[in-house]
Amino acid sequence: MATREEITSGLAEILEEVAGVNPDDVAEDKSFTDDLDVDSLSMVEVVVAAEEKFGVKIPDNEVQNLKTVGDAVSFIEANH
Amino acid sequence: MSSTDVVVTGLGATTPLGGDVASTWDALLAGRSGVTPLTQEWAEQLPVRIAAQLAVEPSEIIERVKLRKLDRSEAIALIAAKQAWADSGLADAGLDPERLAVSIGSGIGGATTLLNQDDILEASGPRRVSPHTVPMLMPNGPAAWVGIELKARAGVHSMASACATGAEALSLGLDIIRSGRADVVVAGGVEAVIHPLPLAGFSSMRAMSTRNDEPEKASRPWDKGRDGFVMGEGGGALILERADHAVARGARIYARLAGTGITSDGFDIVQPDPECKGGIRAMTKAIQDAGLTGADITHVNAHATSTPAGDMGEILGIRTAIGDHPVITSTKSMSGHLLGAAGALESIATILAIRDSVVPPTINLDDPDERLDLDVAAHKARPLEIAAAMNNSFGFGGHNVAVVFTRY
Repeated sequence: MATREEITSGLAEILEEVAGVNPDDVAEDKSFTDDLDVDSLSMVEVVVAAEEKFGVKIPDNEVQNLKTVGDAVSFIEANH
Repeated sequence: MSSTDVVVTGLGATTPLGGDVASTWDALLAGRSGVTPLTQEWAEQLPVRIAAQLAVEPSEIIERVKLRKLDRSEAIALIAAKQAWADSGLADAGLDPERLAVSIGSGIGGATTLLNQDDILEASGPRRVSPHTVPMLMPNGPAAWVGIELKARAGVHSMASACATGAEALSLGLDIIRSGRADVVVAGGVEAVIHPLPLAGFSSMRAMSTRNDEPEKASRPWDKGRDGFVMGEGGGALILERADHAVARGARIYARLAGTGITSDGFDIVQPDPECKGGIRAMTKAIQDAGLTGADITHVNAHATSTPAGDMGEILGIRTAIGDHPVITSTKSMSGHLLGAAGALESIATILAIRDSVVPPTINLDDPDERLDLDVAAHKARPLEIAAAMNNSFGFGGHNVAVVFTRY
């Protein structure tokens, strides 16, 4: 089981690769779109990469609820 | 000067000969070839293992995260258009975005994206296909990205007429300004399809040179030993501007885009008309559109791609439409054939030939075809005062486009 910190760090790696987000800017309270400037197509890439990295399935209807990094960490923690 | 005169006020390019216009032009005048071996593993099984690849990789210009959303043809368009835009000085001219249009096409579009994503689909399934696939492969992508970058709001257009695309895009740009729909058009062509499938497809047509052991000698228009074209990648962009608009802002003017002629053969999907009838009509229309006569055209940058079937008809065409006096050249002997970008790159070469009073050479013309009865600037650049010059581009499908530039 990965810790919340490990999941956050894994998401930061994905966000850097896909969207050029500085890993230092990634924190649980940050919004993907408003704070980290991840556009909708890049968000799709983040989701697919996160599924692969953490061995979870993130349904499309769940993605809209993942507003912040913390939302994503909680979903992954609960489902992987 | 009438209000509908159109001039060229900026140039940009990234080509197999250089990452910008100046380095490309230097290489053309020096007679350098941009054709090199394909060292990629996938090339080993192909009959053609040479191509004219970009001298400067887009990754050296565009940052990584942006580049991963761009097809290579789109990246090339952004690089060439931004150079041309900077060259024109329009960034500081207060141009109304609603008076700025884009006309940039490609012959084949985002084929490498399509093929690469198909590999992912086959190997990993549909969920792994990139969400950027469609905007990367769509053939209007290069023009659209340039329109976004420069905030062009008078219309973004994407011609597709195979190897005549770049020239036809200039012709559309001229029409747009003449008809009053814009004051400035960023016009040109791009191509980036050095990938095993397009190479195999052209090879199956027996259209490509297989002179794999002598890459620099493979593109040899009008030479008896020519055995097909060499694929090139790259792009060229020209800033077309209403002449009085350019004069009013004190712009540096390269040349006048004086006229264009477009015809279609209505004959065959790939074979050119052997008597070049459509080409002759295109050249004649372009000369008339420019208000000139054949005697005025003293230089032609020819389409001549180095194929056994295609090169000689154009010679007949030039002789018929213009006469036997122009000094002609095929810069494809050095750049390779940039397909949808050819008309843009070669128009840039034609403009610089006028500016610098010099015709770039046709290299590798060691043993000319007996039917070559026009004066070619063979092997070495030829000093020549040029008041008016033509660039020809012909494309699969029977597209014929001639473009005339005059000294301003």
